[in-house]
Amino acid sequence: MPDAPGLELIRGEIEQDHPGAVLDTSFDRDQPALVVDPAQIIAVLTWLRDAPGQGYGFLSSLHAADYLPAEPRFAVHYELLNRDRVERLRVKAMLVDPAAAVAGSGGSAGGAAAPFSTPPIPRQPQSDLAELPVIDSCVELFPTAEFQEREVFDFFGIVFRGHPDLTRILLPEDYVGWPQRRDFPIGGEPVTFTYNERQYG
Amino acid sequence: MAEALDTNVSPAGGVAGGVPHSGGRGAPEHMGEPAATGPAADTEVMTINIGPHHPATHGVLRLVVDLEGEVVRDLRPVIGYVHTGIEKSCEDKSYWKVIPFVERMDYVSYFFQMEAFCGAVERLVGLEIPPRAKYLRTIFLELNRIHSHLVWLGTTALDLGAISMLWYCFRERDKILDLFEMATGQRMHTRYFQVGGVIEDIPRGFEAKLREFVADMPVRVGQYQDLLDRNEVFLSRTKGTGVVSRERLLELGVTGPLLRAAGEPWDLRKAFDYLAYPEMDFKVPVGTIGDNYDRYRVRVAEMVESVRIVEQALDGLPEGPFIAEDRKYVLPPRSELSTSMESLIHHFKLVTEGYRVEAGEVYYAIESPRGELGCFVLADGSSKPARVHFRDPSFVNLQAFKDMSVDGYVADMICSLGMLDPILGGVDR
Repeated sequence: MPDAPGLELIRGEIEQDHPGAVLDTSFDRDQPALVVDPAQIIAVLTWLRDAPGQGYGFLSSLHAADYLPAEPRFAVHYELLNRDRVERLRVKAMLVDPAAAVAGSGGSAGGAAAPFSTPPIPRQPQSDLAELPVIDSCVELFPTAEFQEREVFDFFGIVFRGHPDLTRILLPEDYVGWPQRRDFPIGGEPVTFTYNERQYG
Repeated sequence: MAEALDTNVSPAGGVAGGVPHSGGRGAPEHMGEPAATGPAADTEVMTINIGPHHPATHGVLRLVVDLEGEVVRDLRPVIGYVHTGIEKSCEDKSYWKVIPFVERMDYVSYFFQMEAFCGAVERLVGLEIPPRAKYLRTIFLELNRIHSHLVWLGTTALDLGAISMLWYCFRERDKILDLFEMATGQRMHTRYFQVGGVIEDIPRGFEAKLREFVADMPVRVGQYQDLLDRNEVFLSRTKGTGVVSRERLLELGVTGPLLRAAGEPWDLRKAFDYLAYPEMDFKVPVGTIGDNYDRYRVRVAEMVESVRIVEQALDGLPEGPFIAEDRKYVLPPRSELSTSMESLIHHFKLVTEGYRVEAGEVYYAIESPRGELGCFVLADGSSKPARVHFRDPSFVNLQAFKDMSVDGYVADMICSLGMLDPILGGVDR
């Protein structure tokens, strides 16, 4: 792992080539992380992969997380690995929820007052992708991301611009909603097989 | 196989001197001609569906395959049939109740899921586990690796026609399950690993039984090799099939035996420092060209190495506590509950609410039988994780299946799928 000063060095070098790309760094529990401007995510990942002396050429994992009360709310995590130096580096791209921004400007009282109480079930139709957060796809950079980006889209409703086949992967294709979001309640899934119910009440 | 070779479809095969003759196999030139109905039936691309309930898919995997004759031209795995929302359910459980959930993802390598999750939480809370726990975990992980490879070898050899292999492999697998049952009370989904160590020490008599197994297993592996290594059918179906280059595998994020079979000696047990692996002396078997035969050889060699690790860990098993002493995270011993008020309070708090974990996030990856098994845990300061994500090796490795199978025979595709060894419970989670 790059240590804390090493992480700052990486940040400084990225700043030279891509000013403003790195928003923040964190070194928590011995795990270094770069918080990156989502608009420049591909530039940063390409730099980390190809720049001499970096060589983070293996994408171990791509996943997302929902930091609900915080803003920006979503994050896409890229767990990069340099296999020669055996170093891991996490790159995070924080994404604002466009739907919340629209709701907040419409009625700021409702949006700010109750972030947690009685969350409405987000049942937006799937075709309405305009209200979803968007980030560039890194499939061309790391082909391994193809399934993982589809999984993130499936569960968080984060759109990867430029993905060859951005469809649901684990959930049924007609599923409505983004179940791994923190405001999506657990339970309450309608039972699809109702034979016994109809037969025996 | 003989029949398959006979109907070899090659684009130029049917055209002799540019003149299509009636008996020839289909050439692209006359594909659309209605007169050439016989040849067109061969060259026409036919999309067929395999699974999701098909014995050769090793689980609930559906394959949509474009076939031209017997040659696979395109392939799309359709997954999600056993998605049970485990990651979402984990967000509703306190940390220690998550352990039995995550075990049920990849149901063949359950100890590895436990280790990935417990290790991630230990790194979140900064809990050091005692040496004896490290060794015990190493023993059970390696036994589980042998168990997983035995399931793979038995079922895959069964697919390739070597039916007796299933019985031999499952005979040894049963011995491992007996060992699990003896130490943990359960044959599968043992919930043996805890945050901080393991739930209880190994019982009396376990060591003798384990030593018996350790002495027996290399002989058994030799017997498997005697049955398969010079088996003509097995060789002709595995050698040279399903080859994917090392560079392509790395691009696709493939790890584990599949990558090592292609000649890349990458093993997280060697690369990273976790559990008792730095103190163990073992080799990382690698293949040469990365065909299905190499994959078979690498896994079989890994079983022998795992036996060596188990033996060394048993020899060097340190005395001392098997779980950390920190009462904030670890249940107090049962005997203290009737004598110590403080222990009773700790016990009550741990069982009802669970412990709280300071906000933060950790990614912890270990070498599972199928490759890099990563666990990402996001803590928000409460007693429940805000996100648990598993980077499952089967899920990522499945992306290489298209590269393995395209432009090969459909029979080789089945062989490649067996050698890929995906566990659909892990893929779908």
